[in-house]
Amino acid sequence: MKLPQFEYACPTTLHDAVALLAARAGDAKALAGGQSLMPMMAFRIAQPALLVDLRKLPGLREIKVSGDGVRLGAMVRWRDIEDDARLASAHPLLKAAIAHVAHYQIRNRGTVGGSLAHADPAAELPGIALTCEAEIAVMGKGGARTIKATDFFLGALTTALEADEIITELRLPPWPQERAKSRRWGFQEFARRRGDFAMAGVAAFYDLDNSNKAMNTHIGVIGIGDRPHRLPAVEAMLNGRAIDDASIERVAAATSAAVEPQDDIHASAAYRRALVGTLVERALTSAAA
Amino acid sequence: MPIRFEVNGKQVTVEVEPRLTLADCLRQQLRLTGTHIGCDHGVCGACTVLVDGDAVRACLMLAVQAEGSKVVTVEGLSNDDGLTPLQKSFRKHHALQCGFCTPGFITTAHALLSEEPDCDADRIRDVLSGNICRCTGYISIVEAVLDARAAYKSNGGKP
Ligand SMILES: Cc1cc2nc3c(=O)[nH]c(=O)nc-3n(C[C@H](O)[C@H](O)[C@H](O)COP(=O)(O)OP(=O)(O)OC[C@H]3O[C@@H](n4cnc5c(N)ncnc54)[C@H](O)[C@@H]3O)c2cc1C
Ligand code: FES
Ligand code: FES
Repeated sequence: MKLPQFEYACPTTLHDAVALLAARAGDAKALAGGQSLMPMMAFRIAQPALLVDLRKLPGLREIKVSGDGVRLGAMVRWRDIEDDARLASAHPLLKAAIAHVAHYQIRNRGTVGGSLAHADPAAELPGIALTCEAEIAVMGKGGARTIKATDFFLGALTTALEADEIITELRLPPWPQERAKSRRWGFQEFARRRGDFAMAGVAAFYDLDNSNKAMNTHIGVIGIGDRPHRLPAVEAMLNGRAIDDASIERVAAATSAAVEPQDDIHASAAYRRALVGTLVERALTSAAA
Repeated sequence: MPIRFEVNGKQVTVEVEPRLTLADCLRQQLRLTGTHIGCDHGVCGACTVLVDGDAVRACLMLAVQAEGSKVVTVEGLSNDDGLTPLQKSFRKHHALQCGFCTPGFITTAHALLSEEPDCDADRIRDVLSGNICRCTGYISIVEAVLDARAAYKSNGGKP
């Protein structure tokens, strides 16, 4: 369907953008790449009276890599992440996950901020943000604040953002560089066609201690339930253990038992339960290789 | 509201409602009907155009967002001297039947080959995964793009 009517504003400062959203609290929406919002409006799932285009806001397109970690400006596109050679070492897990996001043309427009705010349960970036314990920096009429990814995703398409708040940056904690070999990671997802939303996906990393045992294990899933989440019981099974075929097999079975997947038109709950176990197995196998 | 942008090398000024997509603006206001609309919500790729060199879905972009940019449609990729090497290759490999999806495949493949004239079949399949064709079965399309690489390579990314 053609889009419903709305007003359009294209402010040049963050301050003005926030003021525009605040003045129409709840009835206005930020517009970034439009790759989720435009289809939502075509389907009348969203009908904002005002769109506030973020494209002229300065300073939101930068990817910063430093000892503090990786910072992705809200208007950084999937394409920019793909093209940034530094990220291969600065955050290989991020880079691997983003390779699965959408198709070529969509990757030229879709943004970090849009993906976080849209909060699709199967989206890769929210899964990475949550698994890596990232923080999301936002600006609203009350000023700036940061929200932990754990507190940000509240349900399908639902976040802790206030109606007048704009995401400015995603802050991922540093990925170890000096002992790079001791950080092991894997990302696996399954979609019928590459670029489509995954039926399920798994992001995993752990560090090896001096006796080659896993510690600091993080395992997050996407496409299961109404938001990305970690599997603390499964993580605990790996910490303090050597990662070998036997432990991977146990953990895969425990994952299938631990998750509470949903039925939908893409896959049944039983299928997703089996799938996520297989994906954990693959992710840990590639991590250990 | 009035907006100004460049289409196929010419500056245009059009009066649009904010809700008009770039795809509808190109087709209805500028009469560039080579840009096709298959789904109108971002899944088929038929509406692909180049905005500042990048392949994008024109149905997922508002015309007002194109203000100040350089837009190239499938019309802008051809010339008066006949078919371009990419178009010739599509014909040679029977990479189209009804032709509805073809403008989207041509613009997408052109963007890819301009940037990565050395891409392999896997990369081509990955990039074309966002375009749907209901007739050809894709094999001939991938072959056509593979075959057109030479023309882009010998000319530093230009066909
Ligand atoms: C066919 C198709 C396949 C796709 N497949 C995938 C996939 O596999 N994985 C995946 O992750 N995504 C996928 N997407 C979605 C795509 O990645 C979107 O680009 C992304 O979800 C939203 O980013 P955007 O910049 O386009 O945001 P928009 O569409 O512009 O906005 C989305 C929402 O975020 C809000 N918003 C945007 N920016 C901000 C900000 N800075 N602060 C506060 N609110 C903001 C908007 O108000 C809106 O509610 C797909 C989309 C399509 C059409
Ligand atoms: S018409 Fe734009 S993607 Fe289908
Ligand atoms: S040639 Fe008919 S849809 Fe592609």
